[in-house]
Amino acid sequence: MNRIKVGIVGTGNIGTDLLFKVQRSEVLECGIFAGRNPDSEGIRKAQELGVSTSVDSIKAIQDNPKCCDIVFDATSASVHQQNAPILKKLNKYVIDLTPSKIGKMCVPAINMRECLKVSNINLITCGGQATIPIIAAIMKVHPDTEYIELVSSISSKSAGLGTRMNIDEFTQTTRDAIEKFTGVKKAKAIIVLNPAEPPVLMHNTIYAKIKKPQLSKLKKAINAMAGLIQKYVPGYKITLGPVAENGRVTTMVEVIGRGDYLPRYSGNLDIITCAAVNMAEAYAREKLLGKMGKRL
Amino acid sequence: MSQVLFFDSTLRDGSHAVGHQLSLANIKNYCSQIDSVGLHTVIVGHGNGLGASSLQVGIAAVTDMEMLKAARKELKRTKLGVFLIPGFGTIKDDIQPAIDYGADLFCVANHCTEADVTKQHIEFLTKKNKEAYGVLMMYHMAPKERLLQEALKMQSYGAKGVILMDSAGASTPDMVSETVSYLAANIEIKLGFHAHNNLGLAISNSLVALQQGALIIDGTLRGFGAGAGNCQLEVLVGLLLKMGIASELELYRLMDVSENVVAKIMKKPQEITSLSLISGMAGVFSGFAEHVRKAAERFKVDPRDIFMELGRRKMVAGQEDFIVDVAMYLASRKGSEKESYDIESLL
Repeated sequence: MNRIKVGIVGTGNIGTDLLFKVQRSEVLECGIFAGRNPDSEGIRKAQELGVSTSVDSIKAIQDNPKCCDIVFDATSASVHQQNAPILKKLNKYVIDLTPSKIGKMCVPAINMRECLKVSNINLITCGGQATIPIIAAIMKVHPDTEYIELVSSISSKSAGLGTRMNIDEFTQTTRDAIEKFTGVKKAKAIIVLNPAEPPVLMHNTIYAKIKKPQLSKLKKAINAMAGLIQKYVPGYKITLGPVAENGRVTTMVEVIGRGDYLPRYSGNLDIITCAAVNMAEAYAREKLLGKMGKRL
Repeated sequence: MSQVLFFDSTLRDGSHAVGHQLSLANIKNYCSQIDSVGLHTVIVGHGNGLGASSLQVGIAAVTDMEMLKAARKELKRTKLGVFLIPGFGTIKDDIQPAIDYGADLFCVANHCTEADVTKQHIEFLTKKNKEAYGVLMMYHMAPKERLLQEALKMQSYGAKGVILMDSAGASTPDMVSETVSYLAANIEIKLGFHAHNNLGLAISNSLVALQQGALIIDGTLRGFGAGAGNCQLEVLVGLLLKMGIASELELYRLMDVSENVVAKIMKKPQEITSLSLISGMAGVFSGFAEHVRKAAERFKVDPRDIFMELGRRKMVAGQEDFIVDVAMYLASRKGSEKESYDIESLL
């Protein structure tokens, strides 16, 4: 089968995990793996896999635009500010894994189709990916939900410098995305880092303030949504609930990573790379079908 | 002793003891009475800091900004302080508004190994010429060398001091002595200590901290605070006087506010319950106590077992959601295996 080429910019943990997932894909292949640090472990792994690498970062794609149709940006918000207009000019489909907030906010289980029609999509935050679909399911059963609160706890080891230096952006972006996607009147996001060894799994608690919760309906909707997410994030699991007391409905979600490049406890990173590759595959399938259509 | 700064967390930590239900009248009354006592700062706001009013840790009766407004009017000589944990509160939603409401002093807190998440906030405050301090919570969970690394980070961000918070009241006097002397000798800024009384040592540990070079003592009147409560400031001041160490605090005035104001706000005397003792032994955040008691009742398990399991899982401040998780786990386990409180897990 034909494959669509992807470029990965940023050869850190996220970029390298993306590479491993792309290698497994039936419709994607990595055309260029580009970063800045020649000594990065990611570059070494890519070379071992026989993938073209570059230390010219975005310039590698500018110099050879045919190397890919899809670009994953796994750099940082400020670098993506510079990369976005360049990639737009080159007419690439851009999947942004930084918190730049430039592209259309994307949660595959909710708005995949719309996100295939634009040229730059943004994957929000790990907490957002893990909980927005569930919150949307809750809101569908209970549009009368007054308030939603998310508490994400992640292991210190899986919280990179980017998350740490931008912890305010993490909570604010996640909250804004919850409100925008689900229509709830008021939301709050809390993040807690836990340094325990062995590292804790990514854990999310969703509280919903609902006067008279219909628990069986909620349970059905939540489990159905979890099933959808499990299709692209195999380690996604509802670990508790929904349970209710005093008008507070609690649901807990745990994400175990696939352990591709990143360790299994870093489900917070896996959920973002899984969502990114899922979108790239959907885009690639459309493109491949389109090509076939032309030939017919 | 004149260079020692006394931070008053009565209204902030005490908020835990009354389920975050302090009223504006409580705050106004307290601030008007305490203003002339000689404290460096009175810290006001939700027990878990600005922006922490939530289903996770408790919804406060009044908003942080209403509290700040009420306190600001009454505090003329004492600095109006606030506390904030990044991850709960943010610069945009909480710090900037607090500055606008007239807060003078900011304690930016995080788990003791995660100081880099306070960089954004401490640097912002330093730029705004505000007095900012770093707080390392649950300090008992990290070795002193690591604590020093984290304190040095806060120093590099511009913090005026670093406060070690014994959030679980899990310190022995030896731990305090060793950690405080090591840090005080190796940082350039002031070192502070915030004690909890789970093991009956809040005053004693604060004294040890002072003797080993701490220059900030963070405590509360009447010990009003989370779990077993805090270092009871008037008692510490009395002890210091007895030892011939003068401080700038007026003992009789502190006693009067303690008797006439704080005693009336408190719902019950601050005592070391079995649950608080267990929390100190397990090294679990003192603020969990009320949540643990409720979860134990609901799932019919021993609250002490919940504390021990939370300690085994190394839960940090802010992870109150795991209390229900642990209670359910214990309840489900109870069916197959009858197990009581197991002291071995401590050793």
